[in-house]
Amino acid sequence: MAAWFMFLTFPIMVIRVNTINNVIEWRWDNMLWIGIGSFFLSFVWRYLLKRRDEGSKKAEIGEIEKTPLIQRILKERKIFIPALSVISVFALVFPFVFSLYQTNIMITGLIYVMLGLGLNIVVGLAGLLDLGYVAFYAVGAYSYALLNYHFGIGFWAALPIGAGLGAFFGILLGFPVLRLRGDYLAIVTLGFGEIIRLILENWNAFSFGPSGIANIPRPSFFGIEFSVYNATIYLYYIMIGLILFTIFVVNRLQDSRIGRAWIALREDEVACQAMGIDKRATKLTAFALGATWAGMAGVIFAAKTTFINPASFTIWESIIILCIVVLGGMGSIIGVITGALVLILLPEYLRAFSEYRMLLFGGILVLMMVFRPGGIVPDVRRTYRFEGIEDNHRNNP
Amino acid sequence: MDFGGLRALDSLDLEVFEGEIVALIGPNGAGKTTFFNCITGIHPPTKGDMLIMPPGKKQKRLNGLKPNHVTEHGLARTFQNIRLFPNMTVLENVMIGRHCRMSAGIAGAIFRGSSTVNEEKAVIRDSYLMLEKIGLTDFVNEFAMNLPYGAQRRLEIARAMATEPFLLLLDEPAAGMNPHETQELDDLILWLRENENISILLIEHDMKLVMSLSDRIFVVDYGKKIAQGTPEEILNNPAVIKAYLGEEMDA
Repeated sequence: MAAWFMFLTFPIMVIRVNTINNVIEWRWDNMLWIGIGSFFLSFVWRYLLKRRDEGSKKAEIGEIEKTPLIQRILKERKIFIPALSVISVFALVFPFVFSLYQTNIMITGLIYVMLGLGLNIVVGLAGLLDLGYVAFYAVGAYSYALLNYHFGIGFWAALPIGAGLGAFFGILLGFPVLRLRGDYLAIVTLGFGEIIRLILENWNAFSFGPSGIANIPRPSFFGIEFSVYNATIYLYYIMIGLILFTIFVVNRLQDSRIGRAWIALREDEVACQAMGIDKRATKLTAFALGATWAGMAGVIFAAKTTFINPASFTIWESIIILCIVVLGGMGSIIGVITGALVLILLPEYLRAFSEYRMLLFGGILVLMMVFRPGGIVPDVRRTYRFEGIEDNHRNNP
Repeated sequence: MDFGGLRALDSLDLEVFEGEIVALIGPNGAGKTTFFNCITGIHPPTKGDMLIMPPGKKQKRLNGLKPNHVTEHGLARTFQNIRLFPNMTVLENVMIGRHCRMSAGIAGAIFRGSSTVNEEKAVIRDSYLMLEKIGLTDFVNEFAMNLPYGAQRRLEIARAMATEPFLLLLDEPAAGMNPHETQELDDLILWLRENENISILLIEHDMKLVMSLSDRIFVVDYGKKIAQGTPEEILNNPAVIKAYLGEEMDA
């Protein structure tokens, strides 16, 4: 194992071309460090893997209660409510305590929270692997930009229009992929995402191509235009409000007839249809409802950065949003929120490591998938519990 | 029913009258599950008609309907290899069965008006009642994948019954059960017929169960019907004995 690593990193760590003297330096001592380091690391790695396997075996036997820490925290009302109030207070005073730069970062984080919650409906609840989610994001952003350019439509009017257009495109994407499953669905949605980006980039007459659209107005407060500083704070509070709205709606959708149909669709498509659930309608609803949030987030993104171009809507964005959902915990709202904030805010605050960002990102993904495949907050789904003959059903928090 | 060049079902005529328990038996590969799949809309038949006459309504042709529409019209089925929703609880599995008899939509989900709230309460209550009838109330909050095998089979029946069918299609309900469980299943099916006003069409290999339950039996081999009649007639039918039940070998 150690020898393998030494061989692998040989070109990078050992050989170094000194261009000043035109001489190759052989740094053999680095090789020694790699060898020793990976030798020890492999022991640590194997120990951690063994602990993980033992942990899951014990849970199967029933020795330890395998509810993760987060779930236990959520169950304890005594911890949950104070924590929630602390977080709310923190969120409310945030712009006044921290600088404009931090507020901007937080707005970006919140936009990704909304995107994550939307994708959570498609991937987490309905189990449809959508790799082209960024297309709806782009639709939302460009709808605001173009409507503003051509018709002077303001932010507040564009918000529902963006959401509606997102839903429409969601249904549009849904139709061709109704019969596809798994990998094929992923590839087709990926293609759809790329199609949208390419159309935006090349149809200059419609979308102004790669040069993008600038001077998109920020949201105004009953007609009063703000300065940049105040507008950002205003946008921050708008985002908080919209996020609360999103959480509310997504939560209600999850605990409803539609939500159960989505979960059944994810579990077993054939059985789900045999039990009377219209597979097509359920899939289309999942796509549409998921895409509305992306459309809304797109409008906000356009308002925040006041300039959009197709380069912001690449596949990489889709993949980041998917990582947020998967890492945060597929299907759990708290998990997705945590995942979004971690994934977006951490790189901003770890700018010292910006050179190794991709390496860290990949490393964290691998570690998470090995040791905690359920995500940061695994599915804390409220299952319907029956607690008595009278109609008092209590949802498991 | 043709799959390309393979004729899986060839002129299989079968009727089930109200309140009957009919069994469809035959060797493996005879086309019994294909027959179920045709009726429930998974494979639309290439030729032939499927007609239902629900009690109190007029005749309806099932050809070409999607499986969820077939279920809405009152046919419910179980599967040969259990297809439950493993990560949902027993209660939720049965609640899915109630889906086609509910009407809440997106607006209902988001706004939760009084009709939606009442509907949700009714669903939970009705699902629990169904579990009581089937005898699974001990497991009500357990995940379906954690259930013992016999309970899983009964949960499939409970889920199918939750769709309020008038015809229940059971695909090998006793497969893998020991004699005690099979006897319980026998009692359950009879109870369902008496108290729920349904007819039952049953695919089964367990001859004891078939003989004790069925009012009529249809025997199918290589997609063709080779016999039909009461259990006594079938037991003594030479064609059936040759194809399926087994004849005595001359030593």
